[in-house]
Amino acid sequence: MTTARTLVRPAGRARRLSPRTRRTVRRNVTAYGFLCGALICFAFFSWYPIVREVLLSFQKTNFVGDTRWVGLDNFRTVIDDPVFVDAWVNTAVFTLLALAVGYVVPFAIAIVLNELKHARGYLRFVVYLPVMLPPAVAVLLFKWFYDPGPGLFNQILKLGHLPTLNWLDSSDTALISLVLVSTWMNLGSGTLIYLAALQTIPGELYEAAELDGAGMFRRIRYVTIPQTRLILLVMLLLQIIATMQVFIEPYLLTGGGPEDATVTVAYLMYQYAFNFTNFGGGGALGLMLMLVLMLFSAVYLRVSREEAR
Amino acid sequence: MRSRILATLLAAVLGATAAGCGGDDSGGQDTAPLGAGTKVSITVGCMPAKSQEAQRKEWEEDVAAFQRLHPNITVVGKDAFPCIDPNTFQAKLAGGQMEDVFYVYFTDVRGIIANGQAADITPYIGSVKQFPNLDPAVERVFKDGDKVYGLPRQNYAMGLFYNRKLFSRAGLNPDAPPKTWAEVREAAKKISALGDGITGYAELSAKNQGGWHFTTSLYSQGGDMVDGSGRKSAFNSPQGRAVLQNLKDMRWTDDSMGTKQLLIDADIQRMMASGKLGMYLGAPDNATALVDQFKGKYEDYGMAPIPGSAGTLMGGDGWLFNPKASPDKIKAGLLWLEYYGITPGQGQLNYARAAKYGRPVGLPQPKLFGQNAVGQKDRQLRAASANLPVGNFKPYEDAYGSVPGKLEPPQAQQLYAVLDSVVSAVLTRRDANIDQLLADAQKKADAALARAN
Repeated sequence: MTTARTLVRPAGRARRLSPRTRRTVRRNVTAYGFLCGALICFAFFSWYPIVREVLLSFQKTNFVGDTRWVGLDNFRTVIDDPVFVDAWVNTAVFTLLALAVGYVVPFAIAIVLNELKHARGYLRFVVYLPVMLPPAVAVLLFKWFYDPGPGLFNQILKLGHLPTLNWLDSSDTALISLVLVSTWMNLGSGTLIYLAALQTIPGELYEAAELDGAGMFRRIRYVTIPQTRLILLVMLLLQIIATMQVFIEPYLLTGGGPEDATVTVAYLMYQYAFNFTNFGGGGALGLMLMLVLMLFSAVYLRVSREEAR
Repeated sequence: MRSRILATLLAAVLGATAAGCGGDDSGGQDTAPLGAGTKVSITVGCMPAKSQEAQRKEWEEDVAAFQRLHPNITVVGKDAFPCIDPNTFQAKLAGGQMEDVFYVYFTDVRGIIANGQAADITPYIGSVKQFPNLDPAVERVFKDGDKVYGLPRQNYAMGLFYNRKLFSRAGLNPDAPPKTWAEVREAAKKISALGDGITGYAELSAKNQGGWHFTTSLYSQGGDMVDGSGRKSAFNSPQGRAVLQNLKDMRWTDDSMGTKQLLIDADIQRMMASGKLGMYLGAPDNATALVDQFKGKYEDYGMAPIPGSAGTLMGGDGWLFNPKASPDKIKAGLLWLEYYGITPGQGQLNYARAAKYGRPVGLPQPKLFGQNAVGQKDRQLRAASANLPVGNFKPYEDAYGSVPGKLEPPQAQQLYAVLDSVVSAVLTRRDANIDQLLADAQKKADAALARAN
C-alpha cells in the first residue's frame, strides 16, 4: 500500500522543499546574490587577467590569431636581458628603503599624534591630506620639488647654506628620491592605522609603566611595540607587497633612468608589454613577481589569521 | 564540492581564454575594384577630437563629401587625443576593438608588421592612383620587402628647432641658424649666458626618447644604428662617440644644457614655449604643439636643417589596416585614405579651407610626395594659403631633400631604451666614460637584436 502511494505521488510534490530548506534558502538568497556579483567582478577583473597573464607568459601572440606556445622562451628572454638583474636589485633596494623610511616614520608620527593633547584632529587631517591627492598629481608635484634648479628642496638646502643635490638626475640619489615620494604619498594611511592600533592599548599599561619609572622610550619598547606587534607585522607584509610593485613613481618621474637606476620589475614589465610589444616577456616578468609576492601574501594570511584568533 | 566548483570556474576561464587566443583569417584576395553596389562600413582611427573644432569640422565635411562620391561606403571615424596610446593599442587589438583603418607612428610600423598585426594590402594598392607619386622614402616605411601595409598621413625630417627671440637677445642672427654641431655649441653657450634660467640647448633622456634623439644626432653625424644585416648594432662608432662627446661638453664644460635632465618631449616644449630654451631637435609640427598646448607664438620659432646634415631621422604617422579587415573593407579604406590623406587640394591637404577656418598653414610638413610634380603642386597650394611666418622655416625648407632621410632602426624601442641609459648617464654624470657606456650599450643592443631575430 505504502509502495503504491509512493509511486503515484505527484512529481511536483516530490520536488517541494522542506520548510527548513526553504527557510535556509530564503535567508541566504540575498547573500548569494551579493556573492555572485562579487564573484563575477573578481572573475572578470582579477582572476581572468591573472590566468590570461600566466598563459601569456608561455605564449608568443600578436592578439589577432597567431598564438604559439613557446615554453620557457619568454622567461629566457627576460632573464637574458641585462636590465633584468638591475630591475630586481632596484626593486629590492626600493622595498628595503621604503621599509626603513616608510615603515618607521608613520609609526613614529602615530605615536606622537597619540601623545598629543591639543590639535590632534587638525594634525591627523594634515597627515592624511597627501592620501587625498591623486597619486599622479602627488608624483608630479615632487617633480618640481626635485628640480635641481628652482626646485623647492634645493632652494631649502641653499637657504641653509648646504650643498644642493641632483635628486632624480643622479643615479646615486634617484632611487631614494622615489622612496621619499612614495613615503609621503602613503604616510597618511599608515599613520591612521597605527594610530587606531595605539588607541586600543589600555591606558593602565602606560600608567603602570610610568609608576615603575619607565621613560618614553622604555614605554614604547615595552608597552607600545608588544601591544601593536601583530598590526606592525601585518603592515610590514602589506608594505612589502605594495612597494615591490612600485611603478608610478619611476614611470612619471624618471622613466627608469638615469642609467637604469630606477628601472623596477613592474616598470620593466610595462616596457616589455607596451613599448616592446612583447606581452609574453611582460607576462613572464609578471609571473615571477607574482610568485615572489605570493610568498609574502602567504605569510600575511598566516599572520592575519593569528591576529584574528 | 568546493574543488568541483573551482574546477568548473577554471575550465570556464580557460575556455574563454582559449577562445580569446583563437582568431580567424581575413577573407580571400578579391582584387577587383569595389563594386558600386557593395555596401561597406569602415571604422577609421584618428578622427580629430571634438576639442579640435576646426579639424573636426573639416573631417566631417570630408566624410560627407566622400560618401556623396561613394554612397555605398560609410566612414565611421573614431576620435582620440592623442591618436594612439601604446597602453591601449594591444588591448584594442586583443579585444577586437581596433579600427579597420588604424593610426600608427612610423616608429611602430615595423614592429606591427613583424608581429603580423597589419593586413597586407599589396593586392589592392594598385587602385590607389596617388601611391606611385609618394616619396619613395615615405613609401618604404609602410613596406616590408615587396609587400605594402599602409599609407602615410604626416611625415617630417628631424631638424633644429630654435627660439628666434632668444637668438636675437643673445646677439645671434635668427635668419642664420647653426649649421654644424660646433656652431650649435657656440650658440648654446651664448644663449645660456643670458641667465635667468635660460637653457641654450636641451636634449631628451627618458622614456626611450633619449635613444630616439641619439639616433637622430647619430644620423646627422653620418653614423648608423645597425649594420647592413640589421642584426648587429653599429652605434659604437666614432660618430656615436662624437654625439655623446658633444652633449658632454655642452652639459659639463659649457654648462649650456641646464641642470634638470631626464627630460621628455613635453618638458622641452614647455621650456621652449615659456621662452627658457634656445634650441632642441624636433620636427616642424612642434610649432603647432607649442602654440596649441603651451600658448607659444609662431613668430618666435624657427627651424633649420639638422646640424651636420649628413643624414636625419624621418618621422611621421599614417594608417595600417586591421588584419581581420575583409578585402571590401580594405578597398573602401584605401579609397578613403586616397581621398582624405594623399590627394593635393583635398582632405587634410586642403590648405585653403584650413586657412579659412583659421588653422595655421605654411609649416613645411607633411612632405608626402618629395620633389616630383605632385609634390610641387602640394607645396604651391600650401604656399598660396600660408598664414604663418613661413620665412622662419625657410632654412629647413630649402635644405629639405638634400639631407638624406633615414628610417628608424629595427627593434627601435628596445634600442632606444638601451641608449636612453647612455644619454642620461652623459647628462647626469660628469665623469661618464663614453667609451665604456657605448661598449655596454652595444652588448645590450646586440642581445636585443639577437633575441628578435
